[in-house]
Formats: sequence, structure tokens, C-alpha cells
Amino acid sequence: MEIIIPILVTLVFAATPILLAALGELVVEKAGVLNLGVEGMMLVGAIAGFAGQFYTGNPYFALLCGAVAGAAVSLIFGFLTLSLSANQTATGLALTIFGTGFSALAGAPFSARPIQLMGPLFPPELATHPLWRGVFGYSAPVYFSFFMVFAIWYFLQKTRAGLILRAVGENDLSAHSIGYSVRGVRYLAVLFGGAMAGIAGACFPLLLTPQWAERMTAGRGWIAVALVVFASWRPLRLLAGAYLFGLVMTMELYAKAGGGPLSVIPSELWAALPYLATIVVLVLISIRRDASTNAPACLGKPFLPSN
Amino acid sequence: MTLNRRTILKAGAAAAALPLLGSRAFAQGEPLKVGFIYVGTINDNGYNYAHNQGRIYLQEQLGDAVETTYVENVPEGPDCERVLRELAQQGNKLIFATSFGFGDSVIKVAQQFPDVKFEHATGYMKADNVGLYNARFYEGRAVCGTIAGHLSKTGKLAYIGSFPIPEVVMGINALALSARKVNPNATVKPVYISTWNDPAKEADAARALIDQGVDVIAQHTDGPAALQVAQERGIVGGFGQGADMSAFAPETQLTSIIDHWGPHYLASAKAVIDGTWVAGDTWEGLKEDVVQIGPYGPKVTEEVKAAAEAVRLGQIDGSFHIFTGPIKDNTGAERVAAGVVMTDAELLSMDWYVEGVEQPA
Repeated sequence: MEIIIPILVTLVFAATPILLAALGELVVEKAGVLNLGVEGMMLVGAIAGFAGQFYTGNPYFALLCGAVAGAAVSLIFGFLTLSLSANQTATGLALTIFGTGFSALAGAPFSARPIQLMGPLFPPELATHPLWRGVFGYSAPVYFSFFMVFAIWYFLQKTRAGLILRAVGENDLSAHSIGYSVRGVRYLAVLFGGAMAGIAGACFPLLLTPQWAERMTAGRGWIAVALVVFASWRPLRLLAGAYLFGLVMTMELYAKAGGGPLSVIPSELWAALPYLATIVVLVLISIRRDASTNAPACLGKPFLPSN
Repeated sequence: MTLNRRTILKAGAAAAALPLLGSRAFAQGEPLKVGFIYVGTINDNGYNYAHNQGRIYLQEQLGDAVETTYVENVPEGPDCERVLRELAQQGNKLIFATSFGFGDSVIKVAQQFPDVKFEHATGYMKADNVGLYNARFYEGRAVCGTIAGHLSKTGKLAYIGSFPIPEVVMGINALALSARKVNPNATVKPVYISTWNDPAKEADAARALIDQGVDVIAQHTDGPAALQVAQERGIVGGFGQGADMSAFAPETQLTSIIDHWGPHYLASAKAVIDGTWVAGDTWEGLKEDVVQIGPYGPKVTEEVKAAAEAVRLGQIDGSFHIFTGPIKDNTGAERVAAGVVMTDAELLSMDWYVEGVEQPA
């Protein structure tokens, strides 16, 4: 039983970058924009975060570097899709390819250079007992991700600005006709999504494995995009979804490493489980009538007020 | 010209197409064009880095007589076929495919380009213009296992592998056999993570193993992630794979297995230039200097170092072979009779685990 806390700690760290990136994408999609470049923005955030930590040794500054870099590349996406009305799907995919290549180029000088992991937020005395380690044993981005779940929920549901953002995502022409800047709102959403993806990417070298490795996010940006649909655009479900994925990813390794009853599950099945879970949840969601209507009505459509 | 995805992306041409420069005949006086494809990135500090060091060695040794090109991050599958074909069309007359999973593609493309010589690392399918080359990494594993057997306190060792292919199975078995010569109660827990390059997953696998009592971890993936976790958690140790990784784990890296492909690449390129190349099947190790043992870490005592050196030198002079019977498998059945040494063919198709290795799921 004493293994439960270490599993919890590993799982929380594994789920955090996915949750952060997915929260950003949720806000972007709520504003009616589909940005498939999350993986690319995460990679740019990862190398920026690595470089920040490498040069300053200050992990908070490193996270900020990740956020700024993620937001900066999201601006490319914003300009192409919002100002030039380019196809969002194609532009998002291109952003991922760009981010992968750019981060590899920028990261080349940093191979074979280790950095320091980000330490826990609370003083270690608080986390001496294993049980408390499960509560106080994490570094700042973990608590930040929890805070953001509730902050985004509150913003979208309870604030006027959140209402405007949703209006822009549901019916851009109506929002435009009553005087809201559709492009302005969407630019802000895209920038926020980029910053969150950048922080998520920076978590890889800062929390998980203190090195720079090309493509080190290894597809988790795509899981984040899928999670937004999985959670039917609701922040609290996103939290549950990210932890479900984290649990499956972590249990796979603990089961393989430790033996016991779970180790009879073949490794191929473990590898497929997150995706099977996605399919099951999508089916469950689609059975419920109200769920499909929760997708922002203007998601992925270019805003063309002159038409 | 150094052609890789990155430079193409930099030029803004997305991943759509490598330029097709058309086939050029190989004439006297022109440099021999040699292509390399890597499954991962040359900056992985491990396996692919080592192959690229081999390429650089070849270029340095032969200078203007060769022109080397590499493509990194080539997926094992149909995409690999496309990259090989393009390299052949660009006039490369010798192409090294450096990962096990490229095998099918190499055989297919080699049939279409009979005048191009291919060499496939760690594979098993030969053809008239497809040679095989491999390194006896297991010899290095035997040295690591000796150290692990001496130093492990719990006797629980682990091996983080990518896929259960003979190459990896052989490494696990060599580690277990040599560790159990020192500590007969030692066990090895193999964990397959189904990828060569997902550092976060490698690190989490290491965490899962350490949380469950493992105190020496070997890894067969391409980077130092597991070794870094070993350093962070302060367990007994781990081993560098492909290259010296002591920068990532100065206290915890016990030693490293270094791949040194340069001399092989040089010999093959010279043979093509001289017109003496034939599809070979080489499998070289410590003796030929294709596999090297890196510096020993600070935790390796003089006594343990002497034991490790004895195993290393024994493999160089041929007096010691780790796969010498009696060897039982992990169900208790005898697989190799006393005094019998397993043949290379048996090793290259190894799909069973020796006694002391826990059966992976």
C-alpha cells in the first residue's frame, strides 16, 4: 500500500503538462478557434524553458520563458488564421511541424547539457510524512494547473469577459454586430493558449526529465487536443480527463515494473488504453443529447464579416 | 551537403519532400557519396549520436574522397523506404541504415537499386547488395552486469528496453548472467516502454522501478533520462548507453557502453572505393574496438573495477564468453549445456530470458 503515494506523485507530474496545455486549448476553442499546433508550441516552450533554466537557474524565470515563447509562436498562427483567414486545421498542423523543427534547431547547442529540476513549492519539512508528500510534494506548476482549472471555469461561467469570449465562439457575426472585436478576442485567446502550451512544454525539462531532447513532448500535445473534446469543453471534466490519462500512463509503468496482479495485462494493451478510454468516453458523450451541442458553434470557421 | 529534416524546415519547405536531384553516375575522381539514416536525432547523446560520430570519423579520415549525407528522425516504416529511395536517387552509392526496424525497407529499396550498396545495422536480412553489421553490445552488458552484481544492495536490477527484439533480449540476458555470477540471488526486471525516444516515459519508468526497490538500472533506450532519475533518487547506479553520459549522472553512472562505429564505416567506404565491397555480415565487439567501456564512476571500488576489467579483458582475448553453458531459462529448463557456447545465429534470434530475469508482460 505504501506504493500508492509514489504512484500518485508520478501520476500528478505526468498529468500536469497535459492539463496545462489542454486548458489553454479549451479557452482557444471556446473562442471559436481550433489550434492544432499545441504539440509544436509545447516543444518551443520546452526549449525556451530549458534555456531559461540553463542560463539563469531560476525555474520561475524558465517557466516565464516557456510562456513567452509559446505565446510568440502562437502569434504566427493567430496572424495567419485571424488576420489572413487561413485554414485553421492546416495552419495548426504547420505550426506543429514548425515548432518541432525550430525547437530542434534552437536546442542543438544544448544537447549533453543537464539542468536542475524545479524543486517542490513547499518546504520539504511539510512533506516528510509520505501522506503529506502526496499533498505538498509538488512543484509550483502543479498547483498552478489546479488554480487554472478553477480560474478558467470561473472566467468562462461567471464573468462578463468570459461571456463575450463564448459569444465570439458561438456566433461570431452576432458578437461582431453588437460591437465586440471578434479578432481581438480571438487573438487574446490564441495568445493565452500559446502561453499555456509553452508553460506545459517547459514542464518537461523542469519537472520530468532535466535535459533537452528533440521531440521530448512525444505526442502529449495531441493528447491535450483530444482531451478538450473528451471533456466536452468543460474545465472540471478536463481535470478529470487529464488525471485519467496520467493514471493510465503511470499505472502501465508501475505494473510492468512491480509485477503483481496488474502485470498480467500485456504491454500492448497498456499502450492502447488511453486511446480506448478516449473512444469510450466519446461514445458515452455522444449518447447524451446535450453534449454534442456543447462544441462552440463557430469552432474552426474563419471569421469573414464582409460575407 | 548535410541534408536533414531540420535544414529543410529551416528553409520553410515543410516536411513535404526531400529534393530530388536525380541519379548521377559514380565516376572515377568523384567523391563517393555515402548516406546514413538514423531512427532518432543526432543530439540524443546516445545511440544515434554514436552513429553520427562514426559518420564524422569517416568524413575526417577520407576527406574529399567521400561526401556524407545523413537524414535523422526517420520513422521505422513506409517513410523509411521513401528516404532510402531518395538517398539512392541522389547518387549515394553506399547507404547505412542504422536501426533494426529499417530492415524490410532496406531489402525492398535494395532490389530497385542493384548498383547501390546497403548496410543494415543490427538486422538479419541479407541480399547481394545488402550487408549486415552489428556490434556485440552484450559484451559491454557483461561488464555492466559484473559491476551491478557487486554493488547492488537489494539485488534487484532493472533494464528499461524499447521493444523485445533479440538485440535487447540479449542485453538483458548478458546483464543477468554476469550479475548472477557475482550475486546468485540477483534478479533483473525488464520493462519495455514501446518507444526509442520518449524521455519523460523513460524517466517515469525509472521512477516506477526505483519506487519498487530496484537499485541498479540499465537502459537500452536512446537517451540519459533514466540515468538522471537514478542520480536524482540517489540509488546505487546506472549505465550510460551508446555514449558516456557522466555529465547527466556524475555520481551515479557506474560506467558506460560506448558505440564506436567509425572504423567499420571507414572499412566499408574504402572497400566500395576499391571495388572490393561484398555484402558482409560483421559482428564486432570489444576486441575490434567497436564497443568500448567508458570510464568507471566514483562508486566503483578498486576491487569491483578489477572484476569488471577481468571480464572486459577476457572478452578481448577470447577466454571469456558470457553465453557459455550451463544456461537455464527463466522457467528452469536448461537451454545451453555445460561448456557449450551459444552460436551467433542463436544469439541473434534470442527470444527467451535466462534464469533470474522476470518474465515481462
